[in-house]
Amino acid sequence: MSAAQQPPTLELRDVSKSFGAVQALSEVDFEVRDGEVMALVGDNGAGKSTLIKCVAGINSIDSGEIYFEGKRVTIHGPKDAAKLGIEIVYQDLALADNLDVVQNMYLGREEHDFLFRLKEAAMEQRTSDTLKSLAVTTIGSVRQPVATLSGGQRQSVAVARAVMWNNRVVFLDEPTAALGVAQTRQVLALVRRLAEQGLAVVFVSHNLVDIFEVADRITVLRLGRNVGVYEKESTNQQGIVQAMIAGKAASKEAEVAT
Amino acid sequence: MSTAAPAEVQAAAAGDSLAGILRARWQGIKGGDVGSLPVLIGLIGITLYFTSKSDVFFSAVNFTNLIGQMAGVTVIAIGVVFVLLIGEIDLSIGYVSGLAGVVVAELQVPGSSHQYPGLVAIAAAIGVGALIGAVQGSFVAFIGVPSFVVTLAGLLIWQGVILRQLGTEGVIGIQDAYINNVANYVLSENQGWAIAVIFTVGYAAATFGTYLTRRHAGLSTGNVILTAVRVLFYGALVFAAVAVCNHSRGVPLVGLIMLVLVIGAAYIAGRTTYGRHVYAVGGSAEAARRAGINVKFIRVTVFMISGAMAAMGGVIFASRLNSVDLTAGSGTILLDAISAAVIGGVSLFGGRGRVSGALFGGLIIAIVANGIDLVGYPDSVKLITTGVILLAAVTLDTVLRRRQAAVGR
Repeated sequence: MSAAQQPPTLELRDVSKSFGAVQALSEVDFEVRDGEVMALVGDNGAGKSTLIKCVAGINSIDSGEIYFEGKRVTIHGPKDAAKLGIEIVYQDLALADNLDVVQNMYLGREEHDFLFRLKEAAMEQRTSDTLKSLAVTTIGSVRQPVATLSGGQRQSVAVARAVMWNNRVVFLDEPTAALGVAQTRQVLALVRRLAEQGLAVVFVSHNLVDIFEVADRITVLRLGRNVGVYEKESTNQQGIVQAMIAGKAASKEAEVAT
Repeated sequence: MSTAAPAEVQAAAAGDSLAGILRARWQGIKGGDVGSLPVLIGLIGITLYFTSKSDVFFSAVNFTNLIGQMAGVTVIAIGVVFVLLIGEIDLSIGYVSGLAGVVVAELQVPGSSHQYPGLVAIAAAIGVGALIGAVQGSFVAFIGVPSFVVTLAGLLIWQGVILRQLGTEGVIGIQDAYINNVANYVLSENQGWAIAVIFTVGYAAATFGTYLTRRHAGLSTGNVILTAVRVLFYGALVFAAVAVCNHSRGVPLVGLIMLVLVIGAAYIAGRTTYGRHVYAVGGSAEAARRAGINVKFIRVTVFMISGAMAAMGGVIFASRLNSVDLTAGSGTILLDAISAAVIGGVSLFGGRGRVSGALFGGLIIAIVANGIDLVGYPDSVKLITTGVILLAAVTLDTVLRRRQAAVGR
């Protein structure tokens, strides 16, 4: 990473979180920088979801620190996360099927005048521009209901929504889990373009093929603990699998990053 | 994944030609987006049938009567549309309307300690309806009790309250002129024409305002000629309605009240952020919540709208009879209002439908009742016919919903 001198866009240090007797996260470190795709992997129960929920403000952390662009911040609720510019794209739960693409892109953040009248033309224009800038060209009309879109198109809309609001950090929770091969490629290309536009992208997935196609670095969690952070070039799929299952550093380079 | 040229721009431009619009419309119908087409066809069919069966049906006098007969149920159905849009149901509307009638009648009893001006009584009745809606909606939104059960309890409770309140006398007469005018006042010829002019000019201004904004923004505007034809069609429709009414007694005030409420509610549902959030909650409450929409607020306020509209309908019923009695809010009011919304194309599954559906549905139900009375069929036929139409409407909704879901995959 060339911009290593700058502080990470989002950084977690020694974050712990327990639910009763279950220690979901213990002293976990995590970071993501502008313009990179950081993959977050781990087996079931590794703490990926808990980490997302802590950053999203749905759960509060028990101990540890969160830094945003080098400054210490506290996240007590979803509003705090939104204010910082952290957006979470949940798998297939983010869209209202009965609304069209424009309406979904602006859901909860509609532009309106002093009479609460919607500015439809302005919203439609900006939606088209945003989709064009991300090269999402397969959607015929931005005025068709999301219900009529394919799985890949829906996911594209959900991801594209994240870039419209000057977000700095985007978490994508299993964005390709329900998609076919062609649609997965479409969404992965979109994820890459998010990073190219300067966002810090966190890509949460089980699928190592997808991860090696799209990620720059890979953070591995196991049973709520850090295993390590790996540069994509210096490791391979077997190495990551070993780290996920056995919890051992898969290569020497890993020690540098942790 | 290749970086194809932005094709949607050309697609949008091509869609502005007449043939393109027709093709897109046909594509939409095949995809399950039929709009108001079934209602229109049904309306024409029913009208033709009764015209052939009764000499009086297709007359100016009967048309004017029809407006008075449909107003109460249609106004209640406006509230039902909102409740159905968020995927809930309100079974209490019948007796809430009855209770509002009792309130408005009680508050004008001459010589009593609680005699208020007619307009104050009407406002109080609507306020009571909204308050009831707020209470029922709170059970749904904050505690999570299914709306079906909450409002079923409401149905029983408010019926009980009506019986208790009217128990000793059984009937309250209404003498206040303002209250009686709601359903019985008839506008003068010139007032009728003025309404037609205001409606047409307002509709034209709104339509072409949208057209110009979109053209200014460089978006697809639809076909200009088609837009003009639409404005002329609806304008002509209102002028024709006023002409027919003026040919008999004149435009009933209640028709104007109904129209204003439908337009106002359609504006809220279709053009404001609040309306957009209502649709979002109905489409996916979880997506709405994650998008930062206050789902509980939307649910409570929608039940308040339902209660207020039911109360307004109750005022119209009471005004029409110049009294309230023990049957207030009973009978087919509840099911007629829900049927009106559903026949008008509002989905029971939430998130789909328009406020104007209440108007079309209310019209169909009123025409069926009116025509059957005129032809002289017994009430049994009325119930069976309305039931069959309702079943057809819900079946259509279910089939369309499935087809729409199938198109994308």
